[in-house]
Amino acid sequence: MSDRAVSPLAGAESSGFAKVSEAGLRGMITLRGDLADAGFAGAVKAVTGCDVPGRREVVEQGGKGVAWMSPDELLVMVPHAEAEAAVAQLSQALAGSHFLAVNVSDARAVFTIEGAGAREVLAKLAPVDLSPEAFGAGQIRRTRLAQVPAAFWLSGEEVFTLVAFRSVAQYVFDLLTVSAKAGSEVGFLAR
Amino acid sequence: MLILTCPYCGVTGEETEFAAGGEAHLKRFGPGSSDAEFESYLFARKNEKGVTFERWRHANGCGKWFHAARCTVTLEVFGTYKAQVTEPPKEILAAIRKRRPGWEPAA
Ligand SMILES: [Zn+2]
Repeated sequence: MSDRAVSPLAGAESSGFAKVSEAGLRGMITLRGDLADAGFAGAVKAVTGCDVPGRREVVEQGGKGVAWMSPDELLVMVPHAEAEAAVAQLSQALAGSHFLAVNVSDARAVFTIEGAGAREVLAKLAPVDLSPEAFGAGQIRRTRLAQVPAAFWLSGEEVFTLVAFRSVAQYVFDLLTVSAKAGSEVGFLAR
Repeated sequence: MLILTCPYCGVTGEETEFAAGGEAHLKRFGPGSSDAEFESYLFARKNEKGVTFERWRHANGCGKWFHAARCTVTLEVFGTYKAQVTEPPKEILAAIRKRRPGWEPAA
């Protein structure tokens, strides 16, 4: 694919008590099928190098990844320019079985929230327990971020990756920016 | 505020993560039914005061539809269960009777 796509907010950044960045383009494929099927797992492994994650889990390695979205749906992540080829590879591998593979890359916006206060930035916006005891590495949470759906997970010790619909990218960026505003720390999650 | 557990993704979330879908276990009347049956299917609801069965969707989550048994007076949730049933499962009925001795489902 000639990759002339542009990311939703051109890499916008803001910094308060955590740093918020629009993380640029990422290849994303909605993949539905029988997650317990060996052929399905094999196709996912061939495209991403990752095993099918367990319930509410996410795995990432070498710029690729797989996230558990529902009992019959995964989000497959690859570099943006490889998304079309990955869809073709999945479709070929799964031909004959009941499945769906769709390139949704350009329907998404990806953000990172970095810093010691990253958990608090999200905790202000989502009805989720973001204490380290309740939410740790390898987990994905699909939820509500103020008024829109979103999903997030930990990509590092203090780095969250957050995915939302592209149509609300500016809204999500503004939300995260306001939530991270210096001086607005709540301190509930502070150790 | 209700706290519901989605039986598909296992998330225990608060009400705003879900979308209410109205009374559960309706029997559908479509083509070939009488006007009275169709009208009743379309409009008549039990609107129970007390134990009620509802459909919910994990709208800001895994997206799945499921069922919940709860009390409209106290907002107590007796349990949630999957969508692929036409009536509440035994363990849900048992959970309700444990909290509401003598309760019987309305006809
Ligand atoms: Zn769910």
